Amino acid sequence: MAINPKTLPKPTPETQHFWDGARAGKLLLQQCDNCQHIYFPPRPFCPDCASRAVTIFQASGKGRLYSYVINHRPPRWIEGHYSIAVVELDEGPRLMSNIVEVEQTPEALILDMPLDVVFDAVTDDITLVKFRPADPASRTTSGGGA
Amino acid sequence: MKPKSIAIVGAAETTELGKIPNMSQIQLHADAALNAMADCGLGPKDIDGIACAAEWPTDLAHYLGITPSWVDGTMVGGCSFMIHLRHAAAAINEGLCTTVLITHGESGRSWVGSKAMGNNPASLAGQFEIPYGCMGPPTMFTIPVLRYMKDLGLTHEQLANVAVVQREWASKNPRATHQDLITIEDVFASKMIAYPFHILECCLVTDGGGALILTTAERAKDFPTKPVYVLGTGESVETPMISQMKDFTSSSAFKVSGKKAFNEAGISHADVDHLMIYDAFAHLPIYGLEDLGFVQPGEAGDFIWEGNTAPGGKLPMNTNGGGLSYMHSGMYGMYALQESVRQMRGIAPAQVAGAKTSVCHGVGGMFGASSTIIMTNEK
Ligand SMILES: [Zn+2]
Repeated sequence: MAINPKTLPKPTPETQHFWDGARAGKLLLQQCDNCQHIYFPPRPFCPDCASRAVTIFQASGKGRLYSYVINHRPPRWIEGHYSIAVVELDEGPRLMSNIVEVEQTPEALILDMPLDVVFDAVTDDITLVKFRPADPASRTTSGGGA
Repeated sequence: MKPKSIAIVGAAETTELGKIPNMSQIQLHADAALNAMADCGLGPKDIDGIACAAEWPTDLAHYLGITPSWVDGTMVGGCSFMIHLRHAAAAINEGLCTTVLITHGESGRSWVGSKAMGNNPASLAGQFEIPYGCMGPPTMFTIPVLRYMKDLGLTHEQLANVAVVQREWASKNPRATHQDLITIEDVFASKMIAYPFHILECCLVTDGGGALILTTAERAKDFPTKPVYVLGTGESVETPMISQMKDFTSSSAFKVSGKKAFNEAGISHADVDHLMIYDAFAHLPIYGLEDLGFVQPGEAGDFIWEGNTAPGGKLPMNTNGGGLSYMHSGMYGMYALQESVRQMRGIAPAQVAGAKTSVCHGVGGMFGASSTIIMTNEK
């Protein structure tokens, strides 16, 4: 899916590791060393207990489709309707994403369907974390602005 | 806040609502402010507190000729005006000022003298939400609904019915943007914006404004208007990112704010005669009814379906037609407050006979913030 240069993420010192990870094909989360809370989006302290002792780790990349909408008014740089989805990772945190390699219809996008992470290098610097159906039989080669 | 210690003595909207291409945004604030001052017989020299959002209070104070000893520019989205009201009540009780003007004006449709809020690509939302093709509230505020529908059993018909019932109210209001009655089939046949939301389940885009003037309840008797007393207030925030809302079936900010307001007011839900729940989209009254405690989780769709919130129902809700049918300039909270005041004054176009207590509940951002104001016309 094409991206508007104006909406390209601009990493900060606190999030740079996430973007470096995505570029290397890794979905990175953070876990608190003090209370073991796993959280997202990135920040250098635990939002549950305020500990600064946190560890970056590679997530499994597995999750489920938690909720979504299908945008029927795409901007001019995107072709066709597309899903804007929230994925719940097996590790617990949820994140915004697109579901790709699947028809962008309510019939194909079933809540709680298992998903696998894929990496979409939209520029040399920025790779977006997206998801596709975990079951290869549910995938299409087109669809989903892949 | 001590219940009934503060009264709303002046209240007005802009002279026109809807499409106002001949007024800039700050003039919409001023138009509403002048109408509110005229409503209660005050002038700029009588005002010593000012609050507004989307414009700076500095700009408004200067523009209107006000020299305040108290200012509040809290800006957390569409419920900012409810929060201003809450802060103003506390400030007056604390003696920081005596007479507060809260203004709102928004050239949300004509875009005269207003500026777009713009994306900050280094913010967390700018990094982790916007790049996925988010195109503003219609594609974001709506995201939790499919999860709500699956977990709590809400149907597409029940969601559409929210818009149908609010149009019934709008049909009684000559100032409402849309007044023709609609059916669930009409909603389904209307343009799909972001599945599952059709355009008739999304708010209007209009120009307009409103203003309120508050003072002590003691002074309120000296004004020509019927005083509307502030009975309870609440506020909270949760998250600027819809994807990070903790529970997709319930708003933490709604619950915290609502509980605070009801506790402060010392009333039960059965005491409420009139209700406003900020409806930027059709699901908001459903979340609001449940999170404020009027019904249990999962019951709001049925509650509205059974006609409880419609004209003649036991809990009249969004009696101006709401953001879906009355008007919505982008930040709707001020217009909800205006309707609660009209109902408490007994002058609303679709007046609820004998209404004594009104709950006015707002949202800011996309389930990001909330505030609740409870009013009464009984001293
Ligand atoms: Zn911790």
